[in-house]
Amino acid sequence: MPGLPPYASFTQKIWYYAFRVICGIVFFFLIAPIIVIVPLSFNAEDFFTFTPEMLALEPDGYSLKHYNDFFTNPDWQQAMWNSIRIAPMATLLSVSFGTLAAIGLSQPHVPFRRALMAILISPMIVPLIISAAGMYFFYSRVGLQGSYWGVVLAHAALGIPFVIITVTATLVGFDRSLTRAAANLGANPVTTFAKVQMPLILPGVISGGLFAFITSFDEVVVVLFVGSAGQKTLPWQMFTGLREQISPTILAVATILVTISAILLATIEILRRRSERLRGMSPG
Amino acid sequence: MGASPTADNFVVFEKVQKSYDGETLVVKDLNLSIGKGEFLTMLGPSGSGKTTCLMMLAGFETATHGEILLDGKPINNIPPHKRGIGMVFQNYALFPHMTVAENLAFPLEVRKIGKAEREEKVRRALDMVQMGEFGGRRPAQLSGGQQQRIALARALVFEPELVLMDEPLGALDKQLREHMQFEITNLAHELGITTVYVTHDQTEALTMSDRVAVFDDGRIQQLAAPDVLYEEPENSFVAQFIGENNTLLGKVESIRDGNCTVSLDSGETIDAKAVNVSAVGDRTLVSIRPERVEFNKSRLMEGAHTLKAEVLECIYMGDVFRTRLRVAGKEDFVVKTRNAPDQARLEAGKVIELGWLPDDCRALDA
Repeated sequence: MPGLPPYASFTQKIWYYAFRVICGIVFFFLIAPIIVIVPLSFNAEDFFTFTPEMLALEPDGYSLKHYNDFFTNPDWQQAMWNSIRIAPMATLLSVSFGTLAAIGLSQPHVPFRRALMAILISPMIVPLIISAAGMYFFYSRVGLQGSYWGVVLAHAALGIPFVIITVTATLVGFDRSLTRAAANLGANPVTTFAKVQMPLILPGVISGGLFAFITSFDEVVVVLFVGSAGQKTLPWQMFTGLREQISPTILAVATILVTISAILLATIEILRRRSERLRGMSPG
Repeated sequence: MGASPTADNFVVFEKVQKSYDGETLVVKDLNLSIGKGEFLTMLGPSGSGKTTCLMMLAGFETATHGEILLDGKPINNIPPHKRGIGMVFQNYALFPHMTVAENLAFPLEVRKIGKAEREEKVRRALDMVQMGEFGGRRPAQLSGGQQQRIALARALVFEPELVLMDEPLGALDKQLREHMQFEITNLAHELGITTVYVTHDQTEALTMSDRVAVFDDGRIQQLAAPDVLYEEPENSFVAQFIGENNTLLGKVESIRDGNCTVSLDSGETIDAKAVNVSAVGDRTLVSIRPERVEFNKSRLMEGAHTLKAEVLECIYMGDVFRTRLRVAGKEDFVVKTRNAPDQARLEAGKVIELGWLPDDCRALDA
């Protein structure tokens, strides 16, 4: 951010500082509620508030008991394993179908590509509760309601838009003469895809996959409709936990989820920089 | 179907037409035979259909009508990856995620050539373009000229018999371009490969090729060796596209022994060679090269017609003088004279008489 130029007028100076204050407030409202959870999750008491001991930074005020509860309580463990079984499978489906759809829709000769794109992206735009209700009725008819595959398919549908958007974005910068060159050099379409196109759009595929994973991992509305007790995921357990037992274990779980999300997002950023370097867009 | 393959028709276009939208033809009735080992250039302005022809040969576009034969076999139904034709792309199309050596090994890998042989061939190809030490680099770490060499090496590494080049030197600076022109022609002749080269740069076409096909409006306007193309253009498009030419419009007065007299629109009469005119009274565009104009009356034929010309400006260009004159009402008549002791300097404002040998002045279609 450049400094204030010497010729700035009075209003410009006011705006210059006001802009910084506004940015600070925005960040505060976005991040503070998340940050505050982290120390609270180490609370030695079963309260959602800071105890005097915690504020005085006394070691007695902190404990890992809520984490302990999370890793030993069968309800939480069941929920965690359900999430771990559902999210990767949903991600796999999202990535496979989303990548194929993005590649197909980036071909200029595909008819109705705009309309198709809009339909595929709609789960991201349509209010979740509406998608969830729709899926509930549809899955009940075809016998998927309350099943593992029902939840996986529903989450895959929610994740596909992310994959389509990120992969389409990488394909915009993709030089079509590279696939022609590969064909000209003797590679059949499958080899061309595997050796030339896929490695170059991989960053988009992976970041789309991470978004899809997080979507599934954090999702509560659809799973409440489509799932049954057997598919109770972490967010679902947190939701019921909040309503029924108000245990700070939720804060421990939230901290873990925030950490996972942060790590995944950092991974995305590292991958993006790596791909830019590979394409020679920024000096290595 | 074409005749059996001989040295003269390694690549054959037979009545090939191409239309992208089903209405307008981008390529209209193309017939062309390319000999084995020949360096043929497709030259033309953008939109003339030359690149489309190259793409049809590579297999990235399909011919709407007609047949393309490679070594006697029709290739319309063969996908690009089974044609075994090398190609240098306009933007080089090097794979950015692979090193130079991996780029070169790619065509060998997909042909399932063993590792040892592969490495040997990659090494030889890199040496051939004097890039031996660059195998471990990525394309983004190379300059434009170096990338160009790698693209060339990659197109040649699997030893194709036919190599296509789509304006490969367009992005290089002038000096490098001239150097690469020389290297590419040398390599092509040394290896005995057939080359089809597409460019819109006429100097490139003239200096590199065995034969040049001048494209315009989806047709070959003339197919000839560079010197023939320059000296004996068959129509007014070729005359104006290749090199510099002075053109004058007029009407054919008389035709005799292959020569004709033309009365210009401004009233003067000149001598010309009847190239593309058939009858007295035809409209014609006569064209004369700037370096073939003669001021010295003693060197002209007896009874030759001459034109009055007023010198407008004389530009010193080092080895030549470029003089702009007003001739027959036109102010863009250009004459080039060598910077030699025996040549008279022309000064602005001077009125002189000029003429030419009828052989040097060609009466073409108007």
